[in-house]
Formats: sequence, structure tokens, C-alpha cells
Amino acid sequence: MPSQAPIVAKELTIAYGDVVIQRDLTFTVRMGEIFVIMGGSGCGKSTVMRCLTGLKAPSKGQVLLEGISFWESSQATRDRIARNIGVVFQGGALWSSMTLGENVSLPLHEFTDLHSREIRDLASLKLSLVGLAGFEDYYPSEISGGMRKRASVARALALDPKLLFFDEPSAGLDPVTSSLLDDLILELRDSLGTTMILVTHELPSIFSVADNCIFLDGETGTMIASGDPKRLKNESQDPKVQAFLTRGDKNRTG
Amino acid sequence: MTEATDNALAPCELGFDRPDQETLVVRLSGSWTLQNKCPSADRVLKEIASGPRVARIAFDAAAMTDWDSGFLIFLTRVIDACSKDGVAAYTKGLPEGARKLLALAATVPEKKGIGKGAIRASFLSRVGEETVDFFLSSREILDFIGEAFVAFTRFVAGKARFRGSDLTRILQDCGIEALPIVSLISLLVGLILAFVGAIQLMLFGAQIYVADLVGIAMVRVMGAVMTGIIMAGRTGAAFAAQLGTMEVNEEIDAFKTMGISPMEFLVLPRILGLTLMMPLLCLYADLMGILGGLIVGVGMLDLTAVEYYNETRAAVSLNNLWIGLFQSMVFGVLVAVAGCLRGMQCGRSASAVGDAATSAVVTGIVSIIVATAVITVVCNVLGI
Repeated sequence: MPSQAPIVAKELTIAYGDVVIQRDLTFTVRMGEIFVIMGGSGCGKSTVMRCLTGLKAPSKGQVLLEGISFWESSQATRDRIARNIGVVFQGGALWSSMTLGENVSLPLHEFTDLHSREIRDLASLKLSLVGLAGFEDYYPSEISGGMRKRASVARALALDPKLLFFDEPSAGLDPVTSSLLDDLILELRDSLGTTMILVTHELPSIFSVADNCIFLDGETGTMIASGDPKRLKNESQDPKVQAFLTRGDKNRTG
Repeated sequence: MTEATDNALAPCELGFDRPDQETLVVRLSGSWTLQNKCPSADRVLKEIASGPRVARIAFDAAAMTDWDSGFLIFLTRVIDACSKDGVAAYTKGLPEGARKLLALAATVPEKKGIGKGAIRASFLSRVGEETVDFFLSSREILDFIGEAFVAFTRFVAGKARFRGSDLTRILQDCGIEALPIVSLISLLVGLILAFVGAIQLMLFGAQIYVADLVGIAMVRVMGAVMTGIIMAGRTGAAFAAQLGTMEVNEEIDAFKTMGISPMEFLVLPRILGLTLMMPLLCLYADLMGILGGLIVGVGMLDLTAVEYYNETRAAVSLNNLWIGLFQSMVFGVLVAVAGCLRGMQCGRSASAVGDAATSAVVTGIVSIIVATAVITVVCNVLGI
């Protein structure tokens, strides 16, 4: 396994027009870890993820993916890097005109020379990895929200990516389904060694899966804490971080 | 919120006591609800201003039977005005629920500068912004056309990536499934042209020329224009809504993050599909229009079907047909580009999808009319 950090953000500033969402973000995601980008609603977590996945250019700074400065590379290099990235969007973002099988097979058809039969088998395997064996011929509209999320994970895993991004994986899911998805994330990391980056504000998910995290503050547009979330909960002196990470305790006791 | 409901419609009343010179007690009774018009806060303010200087006001709501948000509005106005005048407001005599809600509303102070009024720009500034937006939007359109052209050249070179099944489905959507509406509209346009022409031509006994009028009009211009307008409303809007919904659902982002170009995978088959189908639909519309003229010629002008056919055949040249088919192909490109452009520009809300569809139809129809004018002038200059 190469020792190079799969993601390094250097002094990243992201803005929409004149409105700066986050400024001077510097952090490193280590190989094989589950890294969480957390913060309150509207602080720019998803925007940072869009910047890391090639959907939004930063206004300043660098994103190094596998040591290559992504936004300063040619389109061909970006497309090549993109094939090593899988993204699970908030709503699943499955292609609604295709069946689950077709959703998973499309990247394989596009970027591999495999025979149709092998592609079909691979798609079935990926779907079975997320507990959706036998659902190849179903359309996204015919399955539940939790199943759509899992199918989206299967699609993101199609090309065996080195990096897997999740945007609000628990959004819209009940606590049990959400917890099952957390288990799936851990199992996939442990069995495939994929580096995972999660954008979430769900405390149970954060504490159950995260190895490392950064905390974004929407008011100042900066990163105000980083590290192991359990350690941050116990040791951080920042009142915003404390208020965020101990919210669950307050709700339980209050 | 309701403190008592047994006398919900009791009229709300306002009274005042002055237990000492500096204190005003506001007595509240009856039902203070939105349905039961509450007295104005101005009455309290007038009472404060009328007598000796008031340093504090208190409330006595013992006789109040019922209250809702209408009462809270009254209270907020009174307390705000008192606060501005330096009069202390004691809320102890108010119903407990009302006190809690007042405290809740005051917990988070209003953020300065976030109101819409605070960012209202001047007329000149708005004109400037609109102008900049116009240029940015023009640039976006040019970018899109450029990208679509690059995708097309990759298709010609055999490098474009899209699913053949998608193209087949689009060909079906734009072709066979459009036939009923194209039939109806073209037949009726042919009928209308023939009726209008017949009334004038019958004055000179030249009703046979209805065949010329309908034939040339349909084949050269009207068949293509009517098909274009139908497809702008039907297929252009559908393209915009499909791509807009995909944008809202992040499906287009999913393509981008996988390194699959949405321009090749989604836009190119739509442009190809409509561009290929439009000339065929136009040819069909021409025939239906001529059939409409024939119905009027045979039914109203006592012409035989053979006479009408022979006159049409003599009048309509191949040039007319080629011009009509060329126009229809241009319209196909314009309608498809307008639909896909608006779909890809769609925002991230449900209303944005509706706006994209509307905008696609308007852009499609306007561009068809402009293109017709340009092609007509060019043909005139070239003498064809």
C-alpha cells in the first residue's frame, strides 16, 4: 500500500461569487482512514466535498489527490483521477432511467474492456456487497430510500475506487437504517481498505465510524478543530466544538 | 395557547387603571384572538401619552378567556413602543403561555442587514447587474454551443460515449410518438390556409390555385415551422424538464464525478435524435397539410382529387422541398439545443425545473422564428 496521503488540501478557499464559504482550509486525509467533515447546517461541508470531488473549483489553494494538484491538471488527468473516486450523494443520485444493474454497470462499460457477461456478474456482486442481491432489474423509483443509498454505494464501488465520498449518508434515514449504513461503511473500509470521506452532522455516525475529522464553522468560514472526534469531545476547549459534540449528551440528560 | 375556551367569542376589551402616578395597568378581558378583532396597540400608547408621565406598565389578564397570535402581536407592539419610550413593561400579569412565547421570540435577536430591504439595490445598480447577467448568460450559451459542437465532432470521429439504447428511445419519443399531434396540427393548418385562400381566389374564379397556395406554403415554410413549434412545446420542454430534474437530483453531478461527460452522454443523443427526426416529421406534416387543402378543395371548391393533386405537383418544386427540409433540420438543432441548454442551466429546486421548461419553449420558438426570417432572406437573396 503506497504511503502517500490520498488527499491533501492546502490553504483552500471556496467561494460563490463574492461570498466566501470556507477559507484557508488545510488538512490531510490518510490512507485507509474514515475522515469526517463535520459542522453545523450551512457551514459549507458539502461545498468542500464538491471541491474535493472535482465539482467545484476553489477560488484559492490546492487539492492534491494522489499527490497531483487536481484543479491545475488537464481535463484528461482529472478524468483519470475521477475514476479512482466514488461519490455517494445525499439523495443517492441514481440514474432514474436505468435499473440498479445498469446504474452499477455503466461505469464498467465506460471505463473497462470487460465482456458484457463479466460486467453483469460484477454489477450483481457489487449489489450483493451492499445487501441488494437480486435487485438488478429494479428501477430506483421502485425501492426505498435506504436501499437507494446502498445501491448508490454499490455504484460508487463499481470501479474499485481508492477514495469513497459520502454526502450526508444518514440524511432521510431512520436510526436503524442509518446505523446499518454506518456498519456497511466500516465493513467496506475494513475489507477493501478504501479511504472514506464522510460529510455529516449526525453525531452517532461520527462517533461510530470516524477515525479523524475536521470541524467547520459557518460563522467565521474557517476550520476550527481537527483530530479524533472522541478526543475532541473530551479535550477541545472551543465552545462551538463542545456545543456541537455534546449536543447528544444534553438531549439525553435534559 | 388557549387559556380558556368556554367563552371563546366573548368580545375583547381593553381598560386602564392608574394605581399610582407612574404606573399604568392595562386590563385585558374577553377573547383576544385573530377572529375576534383585537384593539389596536395605539390605544395603550395614547393612554400612556395622555396622562402624567408613566414609568412602567403592567398587565391584568385575569378576565381574559382566550388568546392566540393576535394577542401576541398586540403585546409585541406595546412592549416595543414602551421600550423605545423608556417605559418598563412588567409581564407578570400576562398568561404564562404568552410570557413564554414572548421570551422565546426575544431569545434570538434579529440579525442586522439580512432583510431584503437592506440589500435592495438602486435602479442604476440593477440595470448594471442585468447587463452583466446578460453578458454572462450569452457567454454560457456560447460555451454550451461550443461544448455541444466538440461533442458532435467526437461523435463524427467515433469517440463520443453514449448508450445506443438512449438514442433509440429518443428517436422514438421525437418521432413516432409525435405523429398524432403533428397530424392534427398540420391537417388543420392546411385546412385553414385553403379556407382563407379559397375565399379570395373564388372571387376571381381561380379556386384551382388553392392547391398551389397550400402546397407551396406547407412544403416551403409552414410544415417546417409548425413542426418546429410543436416540437419546441413538446420535446424541447421535455428535454429541459428531464435534464433539470437530473440536475436537481444530482444525477448530472454523478456523471461528472465518474468522469463521464454529460454533454456526450445526455445532450448529444438528444440533439442527434431531434435533428434526425425533424426532417421526417416535416415531410409528414407537409403531406398532412396538403391533405387538409385537398379536403377543402374537394369538399368546398368542387375540385376533383386528381385535379388538386396535379395542380399541387405542378406548383411545388423540389427546391421548395429541400428548403423546407433544411429549415426543419435547423429547427431540430435549435429546439434540442434550447431544451438541453435550459435543462443543464436548471437550478436546484422544483420551481427551477418548471422555469427551465418554460424558458426552453420560449427560447425554442423565438429561435425558430428568427431562423425562419434569416433563411427566407438568404433564399431571397440567392434567388431560390
